[in-house]
Amino acid sequence: MTAVTAPAPALRRPAATGPSLARLTGVELRKLADTRAGRWLLITIGLVAAVIVTVQIFVVEDAEQTFTAFFTPALFPVGLLLPVLGILSITGEWSQRTALTTFALVPRRERVVTAKLAAVVLAALASVLVSLAVAAAGTLASRATGGAGAWTLDWHLLPYAAVFQVANVLMGAGFGLLLLNTPLAIVTYLLLPTVWSILAAMIRALREPARWLDTSVTMEPLLSPGMTAGEWGRLGVSLAVWLLVPLVAGLVRTLRREVS
Amino acid sequence: MIEVHHLTKRYGPHTAVEDVSFRCEPGTVTGFLGPNGAGKSTTMRMICGMTTPSAGGATVAGRPYRELPNPGREIGVLLDASAQHAGRTGREALTLAARTMGVARGQVATKLDLVGLNETAARRRVGAYSLGMRQRLGLALALLGDPRVLILDEPANGLDPEGIFWMRGLLRDFADRGGTVLLSSHLLREVEAVADRLVVIGGGRVVAQGGKDELLAGAGTLVRARDQHALRLTLDRAGLPATAGTDGGYVVRAEPEAVGQAAADAGLVLTELRPAGSGGLEQLFLTLTAGASTKEAVR
Repeated sequence: MTAVTAPAPALRRPAATGPSLARLTGVELRKLADTRAGRWLLITIGLVAAVIVTVQIFVVEDAEQTFTAFFTPALFPVGLLLPVLGILSITGEWSQRTALTTFALVPRRERVVTAKLAAVVLAALASVLVSLAVAAAGTLASRATGGAGAWTLDWHLLPYAAVFQVANVLMGAGFGLLLLNTPLAIVTYLLLPTVWSILAAMIRALREPARWLDTSVTMEPLLSPGMTAGEWGRLGVSLAVWLLVPLVAGLVRTLRREVS
Repeated sequence: MIEVHHLTKRYGPHTAVEDVSFRCEPGTVTGFLGPNGAGKSTTMRMICGMTTPSAGGATVAGRPYRELPNPGREIGVLLDASAQHAGRTGREALTLAARTMGVARGQVATKLDLVGLNETAARRRVGAYSLGMRQRLGLALALLGDPRVLILDEPANGLDPEGIFWMRGLLRDFADRGGTVLLSSHLLREVEAVADRLVVIGGGRVVAQGGKDELLAGAGTLVRARDQHALRLTLDRAGLPATAGTDGGYVVRAEPEAVGQAAADAGLVLTELRPAGSGGLEQLFLTLTAGASTKEAVR
């Protein structure tokens, strides 16, 4: 026995391992929903799908009220809101300056960005499930109100819808990473298709490039019956330009940027 | 343990931090002092990997910050109490950090309690917090992973006198249990009560550093005479560098004995003669950083 009594509890040894990517993704998913703004964005996305399906019940011919007819139209407005989710998940860290805390806990910024991308992709996939659920509810309602309510679904639509929504949310995230500013990223993202169509309408020389670069044109076949090889090619080119380039350039910018 | 080697940060032609080096040992509180714009925050951000230095480097617990696998468990960082999402509750902000670090959920309530944020405060959104409450939340966040090192940028800002007293006790206790603390301030009085060591920075450079007692001892002699004017002339004649203090006396960069001898030779009646102590350090702080803060005002 030593003469010295036990000292005050010494400061504990730290854990040697860092947080796994799964843990970080879980944290980022939580961040999507733990503020009032975030929660309302998610609720709005669900509501928009529900409203569209409700409208369908009233406006679409009874005989055409199939599961597919309820499923597809709701994907477009949801696909418009998902990029906003992608943008906010990235830019929120900078506009609210929480990057200071986030990067203090995870100084390898690329891990944070990867976790954020994983979180918004999961959210996009979940939105497809919500669309399916809402379409199913619509089909049941259609049966009850005298519509056809047929349970027909073109099964290829499911992976296509997933690609559609994941591409949308990642494009938003890419714009957010590149611009690191919420209003700038949202306005730029939403204006882009409009600018394309205006320019393509005015300038003849832009019409052919627009077929390859305007994502609102290249992504549309995803939600119609069948995709041709040419359509996949054009989709790939447009996504390389509007998804891959902003993501990579944005990642470089985020890794280098000074946090203050 | 924090080690800073020749840290330099340039923004274009402007040098914010130039060749700053110091060490913070376990069991000590180091006060990082300087006027606003002296480079304190930039230096701390470089230590924490938020800003890439132009030259030099820093290690915490033996490694560069960015190479620490789970820094929250080794270093508690509070760089800016206002940098919290206004829409999250205080509890949620801590919960996110606890999940990231892999800290038990019970620690969130424990640390909130430790910094004096009660149940009601924890449920409120951070946007509704006062600056003092944000500082307490930031401190809870820094302490959440039970680290051995604390890096705090102006943690006393916005705290009331009771809060400042409480924080001193907390930091002192942390250091006494073997922890390392680096805290910055632009107020000497604020840190001298708790710091063991001081690093004084002005215009991006370290202008003085050392043990607090050592710096206080080297702060000169305070002298006061019935005839202040004659005293001034006597000091000048004896070649003793003197500056007028804030309250009428002179702070002389010399030993009390030399000052007393000069006064006796001139036949002056002294009313006060003692080591300048903290008053002298303040004087030193002011003179050392005066040029820098003037530059800051103009910039």
